[in-house]
Amino acid sequence: MLEIKNLNVHYGVIHALKDASLTVNEGEIVSLIGANGAGKTTLLHAISGILKITSGEILFEDKKLNKISAKDIVACGITQVPEGRRIFSGLSVYENLQMGAYLRKDKEGIAQDLEMVYERFPILKKRSNQDASTLSGGEQQMLAMGRALMARPKILLLDEPSMGLAPILVREIFHIIKDINEQGTTILLVEQNARMALSIADRAYVLENGSIVLSGTGKELAASEDIQKAYLGG
Amino acid sequence: MTVFLQQIINGLSLGSIYALIALGYTMVYGIIKLINFAHGDIYMLGAYIGFIAVTSLGLGFFPALLAAMAGCALIGVIIERVAYKPLRHATRITALITAIGVSYFLQAGTQRVMGTGVKTFPNVLSNEVFMIGGVRITSQQIIIFITTIVLMLVLQFIVKKTKIGRAMRAVSVDADAAKLMGINVDATISYTFAIGSALAGAAGVLVGIYYNSINPLMGTLPGVKAFIAAVFGGIGIIPGAMFGGFFIGVCETLIAGYGGSLYKDAVVYIILIVILIIKPAGLLGKNVKEKV
Repeated sequence: MLEIKNLNVHYGVIHALKDASLTVNEGEIVSLIGANGAGKTTLLHAISGILKITSGEILFEDKKLNKISAKDIVACGITQVPEGRRIFSGLSVYENLQMGAYLRKDKEGIAQDLEMVYERFPILKKRSNQDASTLSGGEQQMLAMGRALMARPKILLLDEPSMGLAPILVREIFHIIKDINEQGTTILLVEQNARMALSIADRAYVLENGSIVLSGTGKELAASEDIQKAYLGG
Repeated sequence: MTVFLQQIINGLSLGSIYALIALGYTMVYGIIKLINFAHGDIYMLGAYIGFIAVTSLGLGFFPALLAAMAGCALIGVIIERVAYKPLRHATRITALITAIGVSYFLQAGTQRVMGTGVKTFPNVLSNEVFMIGGVRITSQQIIIFITTIVLMLVLQFIVKKTKIGRAMRAVSVDADAAKLMGINVDATISYTFAIGSALAGAAGVLVGIYYNSINPLMGTLPGVKAFIAAVFGGIGIIPGAMFGGFFIGVCETLIAGYGGSLYKDAVVYIILIVILIIKPAGLLGKNVKEKV
């Protein structure tokens, strides 16, 4: 479904992604793990079209995304939940959710999806008229995910959904991710919390200093000695 | 008491004009963090477009107002595309200096095309005078005030209730996150310039009617006053600009009314200084800590 081939990205003289390649098949949860600064967020930004790539190819459903705008990438069915949630403060919870459906014209479908999001995250319904910046960290993560779902994406890119959350909330968020996937949305998950990320992944990749150094099924990687040492504190 | 009420009435007319200009300053600042120093000159161009619409095309008040708003909206969008868009990622000071350059360009361009002298804005509105308990209210003042209030309500509606208004607010909070929602950030910025410039254009026509005279440098001082009004209310905050505009207008006329004409500008600047010392984010502003 999503195929990245030999992707290179530079920030000035810094070579942030080096020939990175990965594939996400329809219906999968694919995790991309790696330390701070490995290039995980860079990869997601490149897919979403808000970063210029130096070379390589990004294909989505066999369509080249290299040259098209961030807006058209969202229209293709790729939606990102950005790192640090990036909800719109000053806008109400309801308005934030509406922003997620910005490109959609089907009023009925939008209303249905809003109900679906409220059902999945009842707290958002309760707070729908509240300024989004008054939500707690966990609630903001739910809002960011609900907002992304409002675009009715084919693939959801999640950037560090566990960041800054209490362990109990992390488990809840991962449970929700799994659930979203079971209902038919493909997921590319970027995480520093390797243990959680590998536990729900069908397949996973390890990114180090801008290069993909390992890949395999979630179980394989969780069992690998290198990974245990480097990321799981084993 | 009569003097006081009279100056409040006069102040509301002047304040209407400041408020309309201040809205453009504050909207543009809200979305791209640029103090658009050419904004006062867009207001001047609005007055000239209205003048041409009335004298050469023989239009009445209402069509001339719409023509000035449409013309200024277009000019605002062109200025943004040509002068500011290429500097989107440059330092703020670069954009600020460019804005000052655009301001001079518009002034000199108008002087070249329309002449440097003062033009008399024809009377397109009959000016009836009503006396209410010793206070003099003219029909022009009423129309200026009503036009301003209607435009503000329309603006509030656009910003609060429409999709493009939501997009404007989203982009002003976080442009990159807005991009991830599929919002076309450049188009949203253009809309903001169009709306802000249209309001300035309306103010230009209203001032032409109120004072009967226009000139190519007329935008400078009201531009500065409106900027102060926007800062006073809290720059980037729309209700703040409205309130600030009326407040500065009323202050000025009150001071003038009690014999302080010579000091009215100085007092406005002193108010600004006091506000900046006591509440740097402006009267309605919240103190936001910069995220690191």
